[in-house]
Amino acid sequence: MENKIDQVQEVKYTTKDFSSGLDVKWCPGCGDYSILAQVQKTSPDFGEKKENIVWISGIGCSSRFPYYMNTYGFHTIHGRAAAIATGVKLANPKLQVWVATGDGDMMSIGGNHFIHACRKNINLKIVMFNNRIYGLTKGQYSPTSEKGKMTKSSPYGTVDWPFNPIKVATGSGASFVARSLDRDPKHLQDMISRASKHKGLAFIEVYQNCPIFNDGAFFPLTEKETKPDNVIFLEHGKPLVFGANKEKGIKLDGLNPVIIDLNDGVHSINDCWIHDEFDENPTRVFLLARFTDLPGFPTPIGVFRQFNKETYDIDYVKQIEDVKAKKGEGTYEKLMFKSGTWEVN
Amino acid sequence: MAKKVQVVDDVTIRFAGDSGDGMQLTGSQFTDTTAKMGNDLSTVPDFPAEIRAPAGSLSGVSGYQLHFSSSDIQTPGDSPDVLVAMNPAALKVNVKDLAQNATIIVNTNAFDIKNLKLAKYDSNPLEDGSLSKFNVIPIELTKLTMSALEDLSLSIKEKEKCKNFYALGLLYWMYNRPIEITQKWLESKFSKKPEVLEANQRVLNAGYNYGEITEIFTTRYDVKPAKLPKGIYRNVSGNEAAALGFVTASLRSGLKLFLGSYPITPASEILQELSKYKDYGVVTFQAEDEISGVASAIGAAFAGNLALTTTSGPGLSLKAEAIGLGVMTELPLVIVDVQRGGPSTGLPTKTEQSDLLQAMYGRHGEAPVVVLAAQSPADCFFMAVEAARIALKFMVPVILLSDGYLAFGSEPLRIPKLEELPEIDVKFRTDPEGFHPYMRDENLVRPWAIPGTPGLEHRIGGLEKKDVYGNISYEAENHEIMTHHRQNKVEKVAGTIPELVVDGDSEGELLVVSWGSTYGVIKEALKNVRKEGLNVSHVHLRYINPFPKNLGEILGKFKKVLVPEMNLGQLSLLLRNKFMKDVIQLNKMQGQAFKISEIEKKITEVFGGNNGK
Repeated sequence: MENKIDQVQEVKYTTKDFSSGLDVKWCPGCGDYSILAQVQKTSPDFGEKKENIVWISGIGCSSRFPYYMNTYGFHTIHGRAAAIATGVKLANPKLQVWVATGDGDMMSIGGNHFIHACRKNINLKIVMFNNRIYGLTKGQYSPTSEKGKMTKSSPYGTVDWPFNPIKVATGSGASFVARSLDRDPKHLQDMISRASKHKGLAFIEVYQNCPIFNDGAFFPLTEKETKPDNVIFLEHGKPLVFGANKEKGIKLDGLNPVIIDLNDGVHSINDCWIHDEFDENPTRVFLLARFTDLPGFPTPIGVFRQFNKETYDIDYVKQIEDVKAKKGEGTYEKLMFKSGTWEVN
Repeated sequence: MAKKVQVVDDVTIRFAGDSGDGMQLTGSQFTDTTAKMGNDLSTVPDFPAEIRAPAGSLSGVSGYQLHFSSSDIQTPGDSPDVLVAMNPAALKVNVKDLAQNATIIVNTNAFDIKNLKLAKYDSNPLEDGSLSKFNVIPIELTKLTMSALEDLSLSIKEKEKCKNFYALGLLYWMYNRPIEITQKWLESKFSKKPEVLEANQRVLNAGYNYGEITEIFTTRYDVKPAKLPKGIYRNVSGNEAAALGFVTASLRSGLKLFLGSYPITPASEILQELSKYKDYGVVTFQAEDEISGVASAIGAAFAGNLALTTTSGPGLSLKAEAIGLGVMTELPLVIVDVQRGGPSTGLPTKTEQSDLLQAMYGRHGEAPVVVLAAQSPADCFFMAVEAARIALKFMVPVILLSDGYLAFGSEPLRIPKLEELPEIDVKFRTDPEGFHPYMRDENLVRPWAIPGTPGLEHRIGGLEKKDVYGNISYEAENHEIMTHHRQNKVEKVAGTIPELVVDGDSEGELLVVSWGSTYGVIKEALKNVRKEGLNVSHVHLRYINPFPKNLGEILGKFKKVLVPEMNLGQLSLLLRNKFMKDVIQLNKMQGQAFKISEIEKKITEVFGGNNGK
């Protein structure tokens, strides 16, 4: 791991090196194609040798992802990707372990593994494709489907409240939390690239269009005409502003976010909330995450938070090294004969 | 007054009291000392599922039984010769198990109206003559303990807690054992609490001296060292032995050991034990649930570790789907199931053998795994090594069955030299030339190509794979071929395991077939019925899937086959199915091991109830 810089210099990959060459079998127009393309584009810049990158997935459309990457890959079972990835990472901490998953796989059946991987800050990079629908099983509502959504399994509309994955990740202690859009390739590349550099659990929620079962779910956020008014890009140290001409801003009134008009002669850019992604206090992250619940508020895209805290895998290795330094390397003699024995002649 | 010493062959002692009375500790101290005296021994605890049931109640009684001998023994004994009862409830629960003329040492101070009532005694059994067929030794244990500690500043409660060591001291005197081993243990245990150390040491001594001085005892007993095979020994419980076995397999294979596990009775001690071995590089991941336990282990297996998950029946149910993934991806994985009474939460602290069919078949699809079963606490060590060997050699999940009786029971393990253990030879694939993830060797084993190896980047997963190449395949014929490969690979394991050796004649009237923890009881029962002139043979199965190659042939040579097991006939079902051989069942579902006498009775019955004559 100390040789990382050398590795960057010696390994020169291209996007093509990360394609397994297998026919990609997502539906035409699926947002997954874009996510795959952006990952393949950014992978050469991870600074990792190809053989040290592992993609783990669960079950669902998104989870076919590893088959298309020319790295080590494991398409596992529904919901268990984070747990299996944890085993891979602890077995060999030198590997860079990525998880490709969906909203059903990670927020529903795999919810427990997700929150505990976040809590333990295991050095995994989780890319969750959120299309707010079960695609592979052909159109039932998911834990991120909006309340009242009519689907095949909710013909009269759902009565469930959805999960907000940013809140779940933040509440569980994830040390890097971001959101991006399948239809914003540059931004998505940036998020993936930044996640790859983060030391600790990185979570990226990608809003992804399912053209078959939930077409257009994110169009207000992704299409040119509506995007400026519906999306606010989070940038560290920059004020929260949005709109076609950056004419609107967000001000914090105590713990209440308020939309302000920067051209009304009363407010100015100096009134705006300045985004601090390194703030370890999660209060403001929750306020940001809540924008999607507030009518008229733009959806934040970008890095909500990132901070450094000890990772499980590094601490574990350190503990083993400390005990070895204190007790010496274990041997069979020590294991079996050290104490409590007696001899029969 | 000099007291006479009488030499006896073997003794069974049961310590019983409230679950807070320290009976497990008292028993294990007596065991450690006795082991070092060179006796053969076998122990079994019996404790309630509740950590602290109401004091004095019948449900709160905790027991520890120890059988030690000057000859080779296999079980903790059917009927105790000595019962140490710390209160009326302990007496009530245990008196029915005692041998005729057994000695009962009771703490008379605990026999007050309140405790008698809690134990549901209408009258005081120490006074009403109901114990007349036993040798009752009433001792004021609490009072004697308190007076020995009078001048210490400990609280009354703390002082009273020492009374188990008074009883221990007395037992040491009665059975002619030194107190120094326990003294030393106390010194290390309470090195930072000098007053507690002083109190316990003083009480231990006082108990010992009480035996010497009081006139109640005229005789002490001695059990000479057993003639065991030469070697260095240590006493192990089944769970401890399993943990040592897996660390040994890690050393033998040169692979890092990874355990993914979630605490569950009666398997948690394996997790606890292994978490101590950081100096061996062991990684113990205490997972968020049972599924994560096995899933993380599968991840670790993919990445090249010796991967292990440990659990009990309920956990094995939760792991079923992931074990199927292990079968499909053909990764080496060891799953330990320390069985307990089921179904559902069942009897968590009690023993049973009722997960055999779950281990064999408890997965969707055709998902064969190797199934092994340890036969004694010490055998858990050898079977742990064996489970690892098979998993790694054949790239296959292996389920090792233990149970509560083995997990908590203990016996001496003759420690083998490392070279005496089977070799565990692991070869990672490194050559990209001609590599395909599902190509196979002569044993149908696919290559283990771990992440980090240049040029071997590949993808595996739970979807059916194309034979040899490993790409996703939904082809009809391919699925059939792969299903057979997975089955045949497990069957090929039979070529690397020992054939059965029949104990007794190789043909005849009756063959007893057993598996798992019933081994010791059956061996003892056979000794007895053979003395009566019954000609009974026996084979014991440590390998259940696949069976040893010669099992069918052996079964064919006997008129009758008797299968005792602690379930409703799960091995019986497998034997009938595989060999078309009818078997006589002997089943017990009481959360307790068979008694030797129960096996003897059934054998006698099979022979026509008249000793076969």
